Amino acid sequence: MRSSFNKFEEAVFRFLMIVSTLVVLGCLFLIIGTVLFKGIGSMDLDMITRTPQGGYYLGKEGGVLNAIVGSIVLTSSATAIAFLASLPVVLYINIYAGKNSRFAELIRLSLDFLWGIPSIVYGAFGFIIMVYFGISASLLGGIITVALFILPIMARAMDEVISLVPVELVEASFSLGSTRIETASRVVLRQTLPGIISAILLAFGRGIGDAASVLFTSGFSDRIPLSLTQPAATLPLAIFFQLGTPFPEVQERAYASAFILTIIILIVSISARLLAARFRRHTIQ
Amino acid sequence: MQTNPHVRVHDLSVSYGSTPALNRISVDIPEKQITAVIGPSGCGKSTLLRAMNRLLENSDGVSLSGSILIDNENIYDPGRDVTEIRKKMGLLSQKPYPLPMSIFENVAYGPRIHGMKKKNEMAETVRHYLTISGLWEEVKDRLHEPASRLSIGQQQRLCLARGLAVEPEIILADEPTSALDPKSSQKIEAEFKHLKNRYTIIIVTHILRQARRLADYVLFMYLGELVEHGPAAQIFENPQHEMTKEYIRGIIS
Ligand SMILES: Nc1ncnc2c1ncn2[C@@H]1O[C@H](COP(=O)(O)OP(=O)(O)O)[C@@H](O)[C@H]1O
Ligand SMILES: [Mg+2]
Repeated sequence: MRSSFNKFEEAVFRFLMIVSTLVVLGCLFLIIGTVLFKGIGSMDLDMITRTPQGGYYLGKEGGVLNAIVGSIVLTSSATAIAFLASLPVVLYINIYAGKNSRFAELIRLSLDFLWGIPSIVYGAFGFIIMVYFGISASLLGGIITVALFILPIMARAMDEVISLVPVELVEASFSLGSTRIETASRVVLRQTLPGIISAILLAFGRGIGDAASVLFTSGFSDRIPLSLTQPAATLPLAIFFQLGTPFPEVQERAYASAFILTIIILIVSISARLLAARFRRHTIQ
Repeated sequence: MQTNPHVRVHDLSVSYGSTPALNRISVDIPEKQITAVIGPSGCGKSTLLRAMNRLLENSDGVSLSGSILIDNENIYDPGRDVTEIRKKMGLLSQKPYPLPMSIFENVAYGPRIHGMKKKNEMAETVRHYLTISGLWEEVKDRLHEPASRLSIGQQQRLCLARGLAVEPEIILADEPTSALDPKSSQKIEAEFKHLKNRYTIIIVTHILRQARRLADYVLFMYLGELVEHGPAAQIFENPQHEMTKEYIRGIIS
């Protein structure tokens, strides 16, 4: 009786597992497939090596190199800023304030709240700040806004891994006479490096794919930005504008751009995984 | 054989929040001998050891009063540099926690943060302490592999080498063999016997036989109280206190 129930239970779970795996993989392939299928006709070397020429949005020559470069530069800079800002916070709450302290919980609560705010609100907020400081829509404006938007994502993801570091490991380092800074930089960071790399990647992925945060803040330009104060095109907005035209051949380019964006995210994911694996060999279980 | 006290605990009380863990402990720990702290689990053995290494202040809500004198200086005097105090002691925990780096780097970690720079001096130091902890022969060909690949027993000896490399005077060990197989436990015990000529060793154990094998001096604790302490022969052969007698005979555990 019991064993037949166990068998039944196992069969149900196995079924659910297979179904959910299929749903996940199915979604992945469906998205990539659709984007590829609809965009393949426009996918040529021009797309990734040229900027839009005159009349590009009417179907004439060119590519989206401006948006590729814009997106990569903008998101990398924003990711770097968000990293430099969130790492000290995360190390502070976990090693100085104590990972279960009230202060740490307060910071976590705030970060969770910030995480939940939609990116369009960050866009609007960034826009107001820029107006206040007299900055026009530019690469700089976009970098600041995206950095703010991805900071809570990165900080919380890093916090998750750092708070899992065994107390005994931290104490082992202390007991050798090292200071908190030495412990944080030489032991805790090494132990959590794989997780930190994943956190950076997660934030980068969210940043590069987001349109709303850059809509008002980074502007849009057919040229590659040469300074922080120039407006910068980004891939999500390039997709948005191309899809918005009435011309089928331009809409097709939107899918090609979406494909490029997907590939960039894929490359970043895979290289981060490889990198993380390299550092995982020292991690103490 | 009475030697000088090395660690003098005076009127030490510790509580976690409102839960008392140590109640007015006073004891002198002899220099260059093995002192075993015995008692049932939860009686405050680890707390006493952690108090000596000033590790308690990292937890929330811990309050501590009294003093611990090492080389006649109170480690709880305000203004004492906590890293200097910890440097005087090597700590072994129940389960070994190597640092997330190579075998070599684990031993080199302490000397490095305390300023050792020369490469060949470092290599010599690492070899020296791995030899003392009885690990050198087993790891000399794979010093640059991650420490996490060693067996648990080897990891514990690595932790010993790592602690010794900062040249402490005192070794604090909290049930250092409880995660180890009998063979590895034996090795650690043998190391301790070797080391006691040069170091003051304080070992927490709930294994009575281990205490009998190793200890020169014994502290028996019960529910946060230091019930009885004295030379090992006295505690094991002629305990004064009723509670100690029962514990030694295995009636309470
Ligand atoms: N971090 C802590 N927070 C609260 N209570 C603790 C903590 N550590 C230990 N205790 C309590 O203090 C008492 C003594 O613990 P401990 O020193 O670990 O005993 P032992 O090592 O002899 O088993 C126990 O009652 C334990 O529950
Ligand atoms: Mg204990």
